[in-house]
Amino acid sequence: MLIQTRHDGFLHPVPSEITSRHIYQDRRDLIKLMASGTAGAVLASWASRSGLAQSDSPRAGKLAPLQSVRSSLPGAVTMEKLTAYKDASSYNNYYEFGTDKSDPAQNAHSLRSSPWTVEVEGLIKKPARYALEDLLKLSVQEERVYRLRCVEGWSMVIPWVGYSLSELIRKVEPLGSAKYVEFVTLADPKAMPFVGSRVLDWPYVEGLRMDEAMHPLTLLGFGMYGEVLPNQNGAPVRLVVPWKYGFKSSKSIVKIRFTEKQPGTAWNKAAANEYGFFSNVNPGVDHPRWSQATERRIGEDGLLTRKRKTLMFNGYEAQVGQLYAGMDLKKNF
Amino acid sequence: MKSLLLHRFAKPVLFGLSLLPSCWLLFAAIDNHLGPNPAEALVRSTGDWTLRFLCLTLAVTPLRVAAGMPALARFRRLLGLFVYFHGILHLLSYSWFDMGLDMADIAKDIGKRPFILVGFSALTMLTALALTSFNRAIRMLGAKRWQQLHRLVYVVAGLAILHFFWMRAGKRNFAEVAVYAAVLGLLLLWRWVRRMKKKPL
Repeated sequence: MLIQTRHDGFLHPVPSEITSRHIYQDRRDLIKLMASGTAGAVLASWASRSGLAQSDSPRAGKLAPLQSVRSSLPGAVTMEKLTAYKDASSYNNYYEFGTDKSDPAQNAHSLRSSPWTVEVEGLIKKPARYALEDLLKLSVQEERVYRLRCVEGWSMVIPWVGYSLSELIRKVEPLGSAKYVEFVTLADPKAMPFVGSRVLDWPYVEGLRMDEAMHPLTLLGFGMYGEVLPNQNGAPVRLVVPWKYGFKSSKSIVKIRFTEKQPGTAWNKAAANEYGFFSNVNPGVDHPRWSQATERRIGEDGLLTRKRKTLMFNGYEAQVGQLYAGMDLKKNF
Repeated sequence: MKSLLLHRFAKPVLFGLSLLPSCWLLFAAIDNHLGPNPAEALVRSTGDWTLRFLCLTLAVTPLRVAAGMPALARFRRLLGLFVYFHGILHLLSYSWFDMGLDMADIAKDIGKRPFILVGFSALTMLTALALTSFNRAIRMLGAKRWQQLHRLVYVVAGLAILHFFWMRAGKRNFAEVAVYAAVLGLLLLWRWVRRMKKKPL
């Protein structure tokens, strides 16, 4: 009788045998490209669907897939190496779930992201309550690969899924008096252990000037790495403003309000001298307690690698620089 | 208990134990076990361990008196030197992993940011204490002057808390700061009360 003592049914491939994401992503892109080139749009959508149906990365395969097409917007897809999903989903600032960067991944399971509605109100012609399902379908979901620069001096490269916030804004028809957009996020003390702590004023509120909110790079995000957002990354719907420090990109949004006055934003209220309303990534304006001239790319820059130079507007100057023409960015930090 | 404290292996054992945190950090750094941001993890944990050894060192005298175990005094210098050791590791991690050993940048940073200046001052004072920690230094300085000099450790404790508080201030995350401040505060309060009652330590 043959007894296989060494085979316990639990054999895993060695890491080097796992196809890395960028390789199979390239393959999918090639399939998509071929399909769109030879058989047009119908085949393209079929190809992208079959691409997504393929086995996902062993780590990213936990959540529901979210279909998207690669964005054709200038600047929306950087070619830089993607941050590992594991890092992007385990090293987070989401203070409602704890102040340590490993807290959100541990505590955010209590967040119920369905059912979910987003109220859109304020100075608009068509105030509405959007169910998440309707928001998801409001426009074509695009994949955009953005650099993310945290105010703390680290950065990532993340493939988001979503569409320009301007698509939603156009639908609700803002009045001429609407100058700012305020984003109110979930503050549920039952699901979020740190709501009630005095670290910040809850709910966490963020805001953008109207022209910033209308900029096509400003993304209303529903997913990342081809899947719906993990809770700790702001499920089910969040903002991604790639040229601003990460804290401007509010998570788990429940309300979008159009206002005439500049909204009071969470970190600005907490420490106005450290966190300005604009908080554009700017290597020339230091945080009072550390330099913003350089950054460490998570998972890529080793311990002994010198930190890389931070780019003006996080490298999106060509796209967004004109929004701030003539403004003193040292004063309006 | 007393014979345990006076055992000739007691100090080597404590020395070995005190080396464990930094050995673990070194191993974790080599083994890539420090999470997504190893540089930050190293800077922060070396700072944490500096504070922890400072608490331990300052706890020796109150414990010695309260428990009536004079033999505990043997370990104070060893623990104090481990405060300095971890402080140096902290400075090295910051200079190397955060600032890329760019001396001009580091000097600018120390001048520019109060919380770094405070940390750096504390470490400078600790350097003076570490350099005068051997027996001959006590004789050279005279016991009284030596003691006065080494009372600087109380200033160091205050600066260390201020440094930590300032570092966390921007994020208003004071829970841990409060714990260390409470421990150090109690240890200093105990000394102050003894002093008021004019009881020798």
